[in-house]
Order: sequence, then C-alpha cells, then structure tokens
Amino acid sequence: MTTQTAQAACKADDGQPLLSVQDLKIRIQMDNGVMQAVDGVDFEIKKGKTLGLVGESGCGKSLTSRAIIGINPKECETTGVIKYDLASEGSASDPIDLLSLDPKGKRIRSIRGNKIAMIFQEPMTAFSPMYTIGNQMVEMIRIHRTKNKKEAKKIALEMLGKVGISDQEKRFDQYPHEFSGGMRQRAMIAMALSCNPELLIADEPTTALDVTIQAQVLELMQSLQREFGMAILLVTHDLGIIAEMCDEVAVMYLGKIVEQAPVREIFYNPKHPYTKGLLKSMPRLGGEKSVRLDSIEGSVPMPIDMPPMCGFYERCTDRIEGVCNARSVPKTRISDDHSVRCFLYSDQQRGEAQ
Amino acid sequence: MLQYSIKRIVMAIPVVIFISFIVFYIIQLPPGDYVSSYSAQMTAAGEIMTQDDMDQMRANLGLDRPVYEQYAIWIKKIVFEGDFGYSFNYNKPVIDVVKQYMGLTLVVSIVTMLFQYLVAIPIGIYTAVKQYSAGDYFFSGLSFLGMATPNFLLAIILMYFSYTWFGDPLLGLFSDEYVNAAWSWDKVVDLLKHLVIPVIVIGLASTADLIRVMRGQMLDELNKPNVVTARSKGLSETKILFKYPTRAALNPIVSTFGWSLSSIFTGSTITAIVLNLPIQGPVMYKALLGQDMYLAGSWLLFMALLTVLGTLISDILLAWLDPKIRTEFRGN
Amino acid sequence: MRTLPIFKRAKTEAFLESAAKDINYSSQWKLIYMKFKRHKLARISLIVLGVLYFVALFAQFIAPYSLQSYDSKYVNAPPMTLRFVDADGKFHLRPFVYELKSARDPDTMRKIFVSDTEKRYALKWFVQGEEYKFLGMFKTKLHLFGVEQPGRLFMFGTDAMGRDMFSRIVLGSQISLSIPLVGVGISFVLGLIIGGISGYFGGWLDSIIQRIIEIIRSFPTLPLWMALSAAIPPRVPVVTMYLYIVIIFALIGWTDLARVVRGKFISLKNEDYVVAAKIAGVGNTKIIVKHLLPGFMSYLVVATTLAIPNMILSETAMSFLGLGIRSPATSWGVLLQEAQKVENVALYPWKLIPLGIVVLTVLAYNFLGDGLRDAADPYKK
Repeated sequence: MTTQTAQAACKADDGQPLLSVQDLKIRIQMDNGVMQAVDGVDFEIKKGKTLGLVGESGCGKSLTSRAIIGINPKECETTGVIKYDLASEGSASDPIDLLSLDPKGKRIRSIRGNKIAMIFQEPMTAFSPMYTIGNQMVEMIRIHRTKNKKEAKKIALEMLGKVGISDQEKRFDQYPHEFSGGMRQRAMIAMALSCNPELLIADEPTTALDVTIQAQVLELMQSLQREFGMAILLVTHDLGIIAEMCDEVAVMYLGKIVEQAPVREIFYNPKHPYTKGLLKSMPRLGGEKSVRLDSIEGSVPMPIDMPPMCGFYERCTDRIEGVCNARSVPKTRISDDHSVRCFLYSDQQRGEAQ
Repeated sequence: MLQYSIKRIVMAIPVVIFISFIVFYIIQLPPGDYVSSYSAQMTAAGEIMTQDDMDQMRANLGLDRPVYEQYAIWIKKIVFEGDFGYSFNYNKPVIDVVKQYMGLTLVVSIVTMLFQYLVAIPIGIYTAVKQYSAGDYFFSGLSFLGMATPNFLLAIILMYFSYTWFGDPLLGLFSDEYVNAAWSWDKVVDLLKHLVIPVIVIGLASTADLIRVMRGQMLDELNKPNVVTARSKGLSETKILFKYPTRAALNPIVSTFGWSLSSIFTGSTITAIVLNLPIQGPVMYKALLGQDMYLAGSWLLFMALLTVLGTLISDILLAWLDPKIRTEFRGN
Repeated sequence: MRTLPIFKRAKTEAFLESAAKDINYSSQWKLIYMKFKRHKLARISLIVLGVLYFVALFAQFIAPYSLQSYDSKYVNAPPMTLRFVDADGKFHLRPFVYELKSARDPDTMRKIFVSDTEKRYALKWFVQGEEYKFLGMFKTKLHLFGVEQPGRLFMFGTDAMGRDMFSRIVLGSQISLSIPLVGVGISFVLGLIIGGISGYFGGWLDSIIQRIIEIIRSFPTLPLWMALSAAIPPRVPVVTMYLYIVIIFALIGWTDLARVVRGKFISLKNEDYVVAAKIAGVGNTKIIVKHLLPGFMSYLVVATTLAIPNMILSETAMSFLGLGIRSPATSWGVLLQEAQKVENVALYPWKLIPLGIVVLTVLAYNFLGDGLRDAADPYKK
C-alpha cells in the first residue's frame, strides 16, 4: 500500500467539526422510477475552513448542500444524519441533527440565515423582482438580529458597504433589475453575511458571472471569511475556483463522493479516474497550445433504478469488467485524510487481481 | 407613467372612431327598418299602414336619408349634444333608457366581479400549494365543469332547484312586492337574495378560468429560486407564500381587472335574458330584434367603449404593477 | 468470484440501454406522442370525441327516426327503459320496451304516461324505417336499431311535438359538431395567412393588420354575435344559414390565432437557422414552409383545439336564443330551447339531456387541448 504523506497546507485542528454529514441519501420519485439523486454522502466541515464540493451538473451537489438546511422541495426523500455543532453559542449541548428537525419548524428557521446562510448561483432569480434589495435584506435581519427597522436598515447599509457597493442609500431602495450581475451577487453576499453566520453555503456563486467579476467576488468572499471567521461549503464545477478557495475537496459523481482529500492532494495526487479526468480537462497556464484538452467521453446517466455498480463505469478508461459493473464500490482510505471510491484501490480487488 | 397612460389613451381614439362606424353599419344590416317592423306590429293589431304613412314616419325619424348621413347626424349629436338618439320601442331618448337600467347592471356586474376574485384567488392559491391533493382534484374538476357548462343553462338548473327547494325560482332581481317600492333595508335584502343565482351563473365560467390561471401562475412562482432564497433566510412558510409567490402571481390576475368588468357586462346578456333580469342584456336583445336601431347602436357602442377602456385599464395596471416598467418611468 | 450470475449482467445492460434510449435521443413528434399517451384524460377524451363524430357521420343510420317525424300521441313522453325482465319476472334475452299509455295523474289531473305491461316490443337490430340517403349517396331504409312495429322507442323521451329526443340529438350533432370544426378551420387558415404575413414581412403591412385585429378584438364578442346573427334574414335555406353562422364565428375567431402566429413568426424569424437560410438565398416560401411552420405547428394545433369548445358553447347559446340555427334545422342549442322555462325542466327533466351531451363534448375538447398543450412542450416537466 502506497502511503502518501498528507501535505495539506493547513492541517485541521482536532476539535469537533462544525458540520458533519453522515450517509446522506436523497431519493426522488420520478415518472419512470425512483431517482437516487444523492447516495450515501459523508463529509465534515471544520470551523473557519472551506470545503469544496465539485462535480458535473446533475451529480447531486446542489441537493446535498440544500439538504443541510432542509430547503429541498418536498419530493426529495432525505435520510441520514446532518450534525451541526451549536456549542459555539455557549450552551454545552451535543451537536443537533438538522435532518431530524421539522423543515417548516421554528428551530430550523432560527438556524437558516442566522447560523447557516446561503448564496445562490443566479442572483437575478434568487432575488424577487417585486421588492427592493433593501426590503429583502432587512427582512432577514429583522428575523434574526433586531426587530427595530432603523437598526436593521443600518446593518444592511453597512453590509452593502462591506461588499463594495457604493452609494448604499440609493442602492438600498433599488430593485434587483437595476443592479448589474456582479452587483447583485455582492448584494446577495451582503444579505447572507448580515447575520454573521458560522457557515456559508455558496452554491455555484460565480457561475453566472463573467470572469473578471468572478475573481472580484471570490476575493470578496475570502476577505469576508477572514474577517468573520466563518466556514464555507463551496459548491462548484470549476476546479480553478476550488484550487483558489478551498482547504479540502470532495469530488462528487452521480450522487456519491468518489474522492475526498485536502486540496493539494487532489491536485497533485488524484486517485479516482474521474478526478484524473477532470484535472486533465482543465486548461493550464504555460501548457502547450497545440495540445488538445482531454475530455471525459460520454454523459452522466440518470441514476434511476441503477443496479449496484460504479456510476462512472461507462465512461471509465480503467474499468474492470465484471467487477466495476457488478457491485457497489466501497470507500477506501488511502491515508488519514484521503479516501476514494474505486476498485482500483480497494484491498479486496487488489488481492484478486494479483 | 402618466406619459405611458396618455399615449395609450391617444392610441385608443382611432379605434373607437372606427368601432362607432362599424357599429352603425351592423345595426343597419338586418333587412327592413324600424318602420317596417312597426307596421308589421300594427298590421297584427289590425291597423293597416299605407305606404304614405310609412314614408311619412320614415321622414319624421330621419330614416329616409342615406346611411352615411344618418351616421354623421348620430355621431354629431352624441359628441356635441350628448344625445344618443331616440328609442322607438321605449318612446323616449336612448340616454333615459340607459340610465334606467344602468344602476342595476352595475350592481350585478360589480358584485359578480367581486365574487369571482374573492373565490378564485384563494382557491387558486390553495390548489397550487396542495398540488395533486384531493382538494386540488376537486376544485380543478369543478372549474373544468364550470368552463364546460353553458351558463344560461346553469341558470335554469339553479332556478329549478330554488323552485323546488324554496318554492320560488327567484326570477328577476326583486320580489313582486319590492319592484316598485322605495329603497329600504328589506328591499336590499331581497335584492341580495335574488343576486345569488345571477352572480354564480354569470361569474362561474370566468371564476373557473381565473382559478386555472391563478393556479398555473402560482405553480410557476412556487418553483422560482427566490422562494428557495426566502426559505434559506429563515422565513416562515406562510410569510414566504404570501410575500413572494402570491404577490408575483397576483400581477397578471389583477391586470385582468379592467378587462374582466367589460366581459362581465357583455357576458351577462344571455343569462339576463333567461333569468329575466332588469339589466341591459334583455333590453339590448329586444332592441336588436325590434330594429330599435339607436338604442341597439348605442348599447353596442357603449359595450365596445367599455372593452377598449377595460383593456386600457388592464394595460396601465400591468405596467404600474411591474417594478421594471415603473422604475423606468421614475428614472425619466 | 469472477463469473457473474446472468441476471445481474442482464440488469446492468438493460439499465445502460434504457439510459441510451433516454429522452435526449427521441424525435420531436415521438416525444409529443409519448407525453400525450401519458395524459390519461386526454386519451379518454380522444376516444369520446371519436365516438361522437362517428355517430354524427352515420347519424341518419343510427337515429331510429327522422328529424321531423312526430307522433301527437306521445307528446312529452318520458324516456323508456330497456328491460330484460318483464312484469311477471320472466327473463328475456332480447331487451324490450313496454308501450306507453297516457293517463291522468289522479292528484294534479296532468297528463302522464304509464307503461302498458300488456304490450311488449322487442329491440331489433337493422330494422327498416324511414327512407334517407346514406352518407348522402344512396337511398336506404335501413336503421341500426328499432323496435317491432307498431311499437315506438323513445330512449331519451320526446319533445313537446312528440318527436324522439334521441334521434334529434343524434341528428343535431351533425350541425353542433361540425360548425365549430368548420368555423375553427376557416379561422385557422385566416389566422395562419394573415398572422403569417403580418409577422414575416412586418413594416407597414404589420401595422395595418395589427390595427384591424385590435379593432375586431375591441368588440365585445357576444353582442357582436347577436347583432350579426340578427342580421341573418329569416327563412333562408338551411345551408345558407349554416354558412352565415360559420362565417360569423370565423370572422371573429381568427384574430386570436393570427396573434399567436404573428408572435411566433417574429420570434422565430430572427433565429440563427432562419437567418442562415436567408443568407444562403433560400426563398421566402421555402423558409416559411420548411423552417418556420414546423417550429410552431404544435402550438397552432393546441390553440385551435382550445378554440373549439368556445365555439360549441357560442353556437349553443345563439341557437338557444333563436339567433343561430333555426328550425327546421336542428342543433343541440335548438333542442335546449324547450328547456328555457323552469316549469318545463321541472316536469320533463329529460329535456336537459342535450345539455349533458354539450358538457361532455366541451369537456372532452378541453381535456384534449390540455393534453396536447402539455405534450407540445415535451421538454418541460
């Protein structure tokens, strides 16, 4: 067994994780069967750290992130455990299971927006076009921080200033359509951070923005993370963003986390064929111009009535017939903080193959 | 905003002029004129009119002039004197006939409109929120049925039930003893009792339609990302429902307001005939059949104007409710 | 452990195969068909409409009596029941009816009908009856069913003149079911041509057409209908009257379709593939027929289907008021005229049967249109 020394830049402290997701499963009843959209996902996020959840569209990463605060549509049948540590509040209670809370109840609502805030991919549609930005910001502040209207407005204006929006007084009374795309996402971040959350879930926060704005928004998120000390769950399909922002990475494919490791491990020592494929398909500075970028052949199948097999089987270059398409793949630990779901690394398989 | 409204009003003017012309043309269409139908009545009553009598009568009524001249005179009088002509049937100026029936027509129309919005909007919200529930299927089925039943026949069925259950088909808008009585509390109660069937009958089809529109709008809005955002902020479900999807879904509904009033006005015609309501429908029907051309023409013109006006109100409402359009005007 | 149970592999393969046959790989019409098949109500409606139109097509053959045949002995007779068991409890394989005898209600002294259990007439298939022209081609006396002479069969009762309601409903369906089709057909063609011209060429032509449409739409439909119908001269031949009414419906109905067509034309003509065809020098006609029409044909079909129920209701209303089809021709609206008085409905409730048929037809068209609308947009969930 090749042991890799974890070279993670920032090794996590041994304290209790802020958020711990265990065996999360989401099933959706479709016309033509049950779709296993998320199938046994585990991960942890530590205080003040950033976890990147990366994968193609439709791999279940968004569903996973939304399941944490229970805002998926009611068609999603969700099981598993999502432990969240409220101890920071001063009460020495055990972590609570967010999934066990009534998704419409008071308890989870006092966590949403307050402890765990979220920003979305499309700031245009994430804001309602019917109300001013100020109205939509103040609404949240008044639930969690202060009942006082004036004070809430003051907080909102201050937050707008922090995210780099000038002329806040005027902006406060404007409608979303009067903002540019980048401005809208800044406003979204301002709103999300207005209650000092401990965890920020960012669901593809920069996908809808153009590249220069992307960089600005990411930088803004990083500086605000330093200022407020919150943890971030960053959902994206962009490995470039992952490299820049994250401490740890979880690669998702077809509802499963296929590889999980600190960010340097993922980039310098990828194990899963899918991760390798993703990295090869990424353009690099200084690379040969004439070299075509690799792509992963085929498309993601729908996980409906899927027999036990590796979801990547169809598209995998290293597949082993009769193994990969015959049973479900167990998780294999490569090192303390690096795990992978692939038969190429499972002890049992290796024993057989040799 | 004002600029937009003025522009829309100016654009409506040529439409109105054209309509008035077509209206006059249409009421000329039926073969014969008032004099010939009048003489037929007289003949039936045993009095024979000679050709001279008829020509004399035509000259008196101005019916011997060419069509365009009659039109010019009619329009001139409307515009400059507010005189819509003379109703041959009622033997009094058209404007008096209109006044006589306008009050109750408005009462019936406005009550029907209130009924339709008050019923349709809550049901629309309910069926969208509880999509595929038993209640949803019940109301959806009901609204399909409502759209498929000709309303005048529904009137008959309801009348039949009130006849067998209360011994009174509730024809008309007042019981006999109140028709000519002065307004009193009892008369209002009597009116309300008589309004139930007409309002249900006239309003059913459009209520059914409105439920379906509201439900569709709500389903669209409920799936929008801004609802997820609102949820992620920690808002309660009730607050989310009313502040975001409902508010947005109401926009197109509220903008049907103007259009709906005029459609109720005209849509009530047949029901009013069947139920024998003392409102504009039957009057218009008799005027059309009896070639009472100025009365029929004025009603037609009035209906068309109301439709134009209704569309105008709807357009302006729609613009005013949409922050995008509203802020554009604010910016100017 | 290398070899696998056969069934397992088969399952895996089936999964991969079905994934390949996924929604992404089917043609547009196939998708529409697949989606439509899933809409149960629409499928049932299609069958119901098929039956209705089949009956209308062979109406003279299916109806036991002709439109005008009456029997003053049986005025306002109630529907007869087809029986298998007679008054003595004896079972008959062939269903039969009893003769109706008129009597007087001892309480109200009103004329009523009672079954005369003495006289039994069996139902027979393919009986000889009144002469008619089969599909307008050849004369025959054959009717689908009837009862033995001199018995009479009134399945839906009779009207105030002693005419068989069932026959009249069946025969009336020829007009009631065809007027909306022909009317919608004409407005479809008008709307397609005028809306197409308006949308494709644009400019001043578009402005003029738009103004005209605006004016026609400003007219309240119902009073306009009434006014135009009042203008139809009385005592015109049936065919002329039919044409008048169809034309009135079409004249008012085309504007909706024209607007849909225009909107679609405008949005499609700036699509890249149409611009590309234009640059390549493809002629106007070919662009319209090959590139534009297929793009929104499904929407047109839906819009047309949904326009039909409205026309049925309008025709019924007009005929009911005596402003549409008039005697001697018959439509469902004409049949309902007898239901105008509450007393009639109270005493002879079977006079509302035509209403049931109208509602059934309108519902079927509505559901069909709904199903088609869902199917026309197969990618929408």
